[in-house]
Amino acid sequence: MLLLTRHPIDLADMTRSVIQPEFGGLATFTGIVRNEQVGREVLRLEYTAYPAMAERLGEDIIREGQARFGVRLAMRHRVGVLEVGEIAVVVVAAAPHRDEAFAACRWAIDELKRRVPIWKREHYADGTVAWVDPTTAADVAVGGVVAAEMPQVSDASA
Amino acid sequence: MTVSLRVHLFGRYAELLGSEELALSLPQGGTVADAVTTLRARPGGEHLPAQPLTAVNATQKPPSTPLKDGDELALLPPLAGG
Repeated sequence: MLLLTRHPIDLADMTRSVIQPEFGGLATFTGIVRNEQVGREVLRLEYTAYPAMAERLGEDIIREGQARFGVRLAMRHRVGVLEVGEIAVVVVAAAPHRDEAFAACRWAIDELKRRVPIWKREHYADGTVAWVDPTTAADVAVGGVVAAEMPQVSDASA
Repeated sequence: MTVSLRVHLFGRYAELLGSEELALSLPQGGTVADAVTTLRARPGGEHLPAQPLTAVNATQKPPSTPLKDGDELALLPPLAGG
């Protein structure tokens, strides 16, 4: 199952892909486009990704998470333009019991946000747009002042 | 001898350079850091960070990484998925 999709995410399909007879717990995280960011009204988000790298890192996270927590994981992330209220990302984790399912689900969405090359541009009610930059206190306005240089990358690989 | 690269730019970095993809040639032995320096000398490139997150052939690599002919270099703005 590919991580990235241009189409609405099918939660039932994802659930079917991870449940097994010996599993009694399923945890789901669903990320939804919110109408507000740092006090500004957001109308829609535009997601882009580096597909080759994103798919490979998504597979890494699933493989690592499954080994670490003894669960089965599935993750999907939308790309393209999403309106407020639309589902942007879903992580499902199935396990024999709820503790592993919750822990794996939380770990996987955190790792996705930390590792996978996906970016989003916010479209505001006032007509402006800005790329979301979690490393700065405020988003960098497109065409505006560029933030100070990003923190240095360590020589460690991904 | 030169090394020919394909450079992928994303998000704000693509807007700064005015392109999502471009070709770049470096002297033999050039590194990721050399490629970034060259890109920063282009119009709009002065706003790129000196050490952006970088990937070679879709795997994250540090600035010291040597590049070879045909490599695909990507400059990755701070990640913002989810």
